[in-house]
Amino acid sequence: MNLKSIRNLFVLSLVLGLMASCGGNKSGAGGPLGAGDAAQKVYVAPGEYDDFYAFLSGGFSGQVSVYGLPSGRLLKVIPVFSLDAEKAWGFNDETKPMLETRHGFIPWDDAHHPELSQTDGVPDGRWLFINANNTPRIARIDLTTFETVEIIELPNSAGNHSSPFTTPNTDYVVAGTRFAVPIPQRDMPINEYAGNFKAALSFVSIADDGRMDIAFQILMPGFNYDLAHSGKGPSDGWMFFSSYNTEESNTLLEVEASKHDKDFIAAINWKMAEQLVADGKFEEMNSPYMVNFYDEHTHMATSETRNSVKTIKAADHPGLVYFMPTPKSPHGVDIDPSGEYIVGSGKLSADLTVHSFTKMKAAIAAEDFEDERYGIPVLNFDATLAGVVKSGGLGPLHTEFDNNGNAYTSFFISSEIVKWKVGTWEVLDRAPCYYSIGHLMVPGGDSKQPWGKYLLALNKITKDRYLPTGPELNQAAQLFDISGGKMQLILDFPTIGEPHYAQAIPADLIIEQQKQIYKLEENMHPYAVKSEDEVKVTREGNVVRIYLTTIRSHFAPDNIEGIMVGDEVHFHVTNLEQDFDVPHGFAIMGAQTSELLIMPGQTESNVWYPKYEGVIPFYCTDFCSALHQEMQGYIRVSAKGSNPELKWWVGTDE
Amino acid sequence: MLAAGLALMLMFAFPLWRITLEAPQYPKGLSMFIWVNKITGSEPSTLQNINIMNHYIGMKAIEPDSIPELQFMQYIIIVFAGLAFLLAWLNKWQANLVWLVILVGAGALAIYDFYLWEYDYGHNLDPHAAIKIEGMAYQPPLIGKKIILNFTALSWPQLGSLFMTLSMILGTLSVFKGRKQKRIIG
Repeated sequence: MNLKSIRNLFVLSLVLGLMASCGGNKSGAGGPLGAGDAAQKVYVAPGEYDDFYAFLSGGFSGQVSVYGLPSGRLLKVIPVFSLDAEKAWGFNDETKPMLETRHGFIPWDDAHHPELSQTDGVPDGRWLFINANNTPRIARIDLTTFETVEIIELPNSAGNHSSPFTTPNTDYVVAGTRFAVPIPQRDMPINEYAGNFKAALSFVSIADDGRMDIAFQILMPGFNYDLAHSGKGPSDGWMFFSSYNTEESNTLLEVEASKHDKDFIAAINWKMAEQLVADGKFEEMNSPYMVNFYDEHTHMATSETRNSVKTIKAADHPGLVYFMPTPKSPHGVDIDPSGEYIVGSGKLSADLTVHSFTKMKAAIAAEDFEDERYGIPVLNFDATLAGVVKSGGLGPLHTEFDNNGNAYTSFFISSEIVKWKVGTWEVLDRAPCYYSIGHLMVPGGDSKQPWGKYLLALNKITKDRYLPTGPELNQAAQLFDISGGKMQLILDFPTIGEPHYAQAIPADLIIEQQKQIYKLEENMHPYAVKSEDEVKVTREGNVVRIYLTTIRSHFAPDNIEGIMVGDEVHFHVTNLEQDFDVPHGFAIMGAQTSELLIMPGQTESNVWYPKYEGVIPFYCTDFCSALHQEMQGYIRVSAKGSNPELKWWVGTDE
Repeated sequence: MLAAGLALMLMFAFPLWRITLEAPQYPKGLSMFIWVNKITGSEPSTLQNINIMNHYIGMKAIEPDSIPELQFMQYIIIVFAGLAFLLAWLNKWQANLVWLVILVGAGALAIYDFYLWEYDYGHNLDPHAAIKIEGMAYQPPLIGKKIILNFTALSWPQLGSLFMTLSMILGTLSVFKGRKQKRIIG
C-alpha cells in the first residue's frame, strides 16, 4: 500500500463519515421501529436495577467508568492510573504508592482494555484488570469494593497495548508490547531497529488471592504486538497475538508498516512456556519493576521493587511460537466461543480472515511452513485458513460473539457493525454507528458463554450526537438490542475519556458481594483511632500528627492549638461510621493537595504545610447529615519558633 | 410444668421484642431486638446507627451495659424455669398456681418496666439537642406503629415473648389438669 492509496482511504472515510453525519439525527432509535419501542427497552424505572454492570475503559482519562445496561446510567468512575482529586486517589498518603514506577511517581496513563477474571472461560466477577498503555502496567480492581488494589509494572515493554487478556481460568493475564525496543534498553541508533529491537510478551500470573507477578516473558522478533486473546476449549493453552509492522520500520509507519500484504497472528503455546520455566529453561534477566499493592485492612498501599524476570527466547524453543499470515496489519484477534476460530481483522482491509485452530494444529504437525522469520516458522496461509468474511465494509477492527453462533465486527472506516455467521461466513445484518466505531462489546462476548442480549458500540467520533459543548465532545457509546435477527439501535450515551474496550457482566453475579462498609474493628491502619477517646496530637520536631475522627456531625478534636508556621502537619482521619453510604470528607484551607473522602471504617491521611499565622478552618466536604454544615473546626497557627503548647478538644473549651 | 419450664428456657434463643425504625433513606429499616440479656440490631452496627440518629434530638445513647434489667432478668427466668421443673416433680396444682400468678405478675411488671424505659428515652432529652421541637416526645409505641418525625416506629413482640406466653398457658393447663385429677381421686 502506497501513500496514494492511504490518502484514498482517508478520503473515502471522510466521505462515508459525512454521509453518516448527514443522516445522523434522523437515524437510530427514532427509525422504523419507533422511539417508543426503544425507550421501553432501555427504561429502567426509578429504584430498579440494570441487568448488567458495564466497565468502560477511560482511555486517556486513565480510569474505568462503570455504567448500568441497558439504561446507560453512570454508576461510578473508578480511579486507576490517573490522579483523582475527588477521591484523593494519588493525593492521600494511602494511595500515592499506587502510582509509583521505576520512573518515579506518574500521575496519568492511557487505559485501554478492561478484562474480567474468568473461571472455566466465563467471567466470574472476582476482578477487573486493565492496562496502562503508555508506561506499561496492569491494574487489578477488586469487584467487592470497586477499588484498584494492585498495579504491576512491566519491564522490557513499551506501549502495553495487547494487554491484559486472560487465560480461561485467569492463571495469567498477558501483556504484549506495541513498540519493539532494545531489550535490555540501551543507547543505540534508532535506524538500527530492524533485527535489533525485540518485543517482550509478558505472562503475569494471578494467584488465588489475586496477587500479580511476572511469571515469564517471551522475547519475540521486534514486530508490533497489537492485541491478543486466549484460546479456550480445544485451543486452551494457546495465546494469540496480532501484529503489525512486521516490516520493522522505525519511521512514517503509516506508510512503511503498511507495505507487507500480510502481517502475522502469533500463536503462543503458553503451556509449553510454563513447562520450560518449570524445567529451568529460561534466562533470568535483571530488569527491575515495581508492584504496588493496596491492603484493604491497613487501608494503605505499599510499593515493592522486584529485580528480575525469567525470559524465554521464542526462537530457541521449536514448538513454542508459530506465525499465521494474516492480511493487512491485523488489529483485533478474536476467538469464537467454541475456541475453534481465530478471527483476524486486517484493519486496512474489507475482509476478515478466519483461521481454524484444528487446521493450525494439522499444519504444525505437517510442518506446512511457507517461511521463517528470525527462526520462527510461518505457517502456510492457506493451510490455516477457515474462511473469509466478505464484509462489504472497510476497516474491520474487533469481533465479539453472541450465544447463537453469530459474530459482530466493528468497521472503523465504514462506521458500522457487521453481523455474520460463524462457520458459513455469511453476512446477516449491518448497522451504522455514529461515528467511527472502535471496539464493540457483547457482555461475555469474548468468553465461552456470551450473554448475547445487548451490544455496545464504542465510537471514536461524536460530532452532532448531543448538544454541542465547544470543540471538545465526550465520546459516544451506542447500545444495540441484538436479541432479534436485526440489530436495533436503542440508546446513545456520552462516556468519560475515550472508551476503548469494555466488558460487562450480569448484575446478579456480583451484586451480593458488594461491601457496604469497612469494619472498624478490622482497621489496621497504623494511624487509625477507633474511638473519640483515643484522638490525639503529637509532635516530633516540626512533624505534627493530628489523629482525627469523624462521626455525624462532628470532628474530634475540632479545636487544635499549638501548630506553628513551618510545621509539616499530617492529618490522619478515621471515619468511625459503620453505616452504608456515610462517607465523610476533610478539607483544610490552603492545603496544596486534594480533599480526603473517607469511607465508613476507613482511615486516610494528607499533609498540610501552614504558611501563615492565624486560625484556619477545616470542614467536612461530603454532605453527610442534617448538621453537615456544622461539621467544621479550627486550627490555630502560631509563629515559627513560638513553641506553643499542643492542645485539642471537642465539645468543651479545653 | 416440665414443658412450661422448657418454654421459659427457649426465651434465651429468641428476642422478646423488636423495634423497627423505617425511613426512606433506610430502605431496609433499622431494627433493634431486645432479648432477655442483650440488645442487638439487624446489622452489627445498627445500635450505633440508631444512637447517631437519636443524638440529634438529644435522646441518650442506648447502651445495653447500662440497663440493669438485661443483667438480672435472665436469672429470674432461670429461677422460674428451675421452679417449674421442681414443681413438675412435686406435682401439686396449688403450688403450680402460685408459680403461675407470680410469673404473670412478673411478666406484667416487665412490660411496665419496658414502657418506663421507652418513656425515659423518649422524654428525658438533652436540653442542648440540635433538633428541638416544642411539645414533641420521641417515645416509641409499646406495641404497634407510630410516626415519629421522619421515622415510622414499629414495635412488636417476638418469639421470646411468645414462649413466655406459652409457658403461662402451659402453667394454666397444669393447674386445671391438677385440680381435675384431685377431684377424681378425692
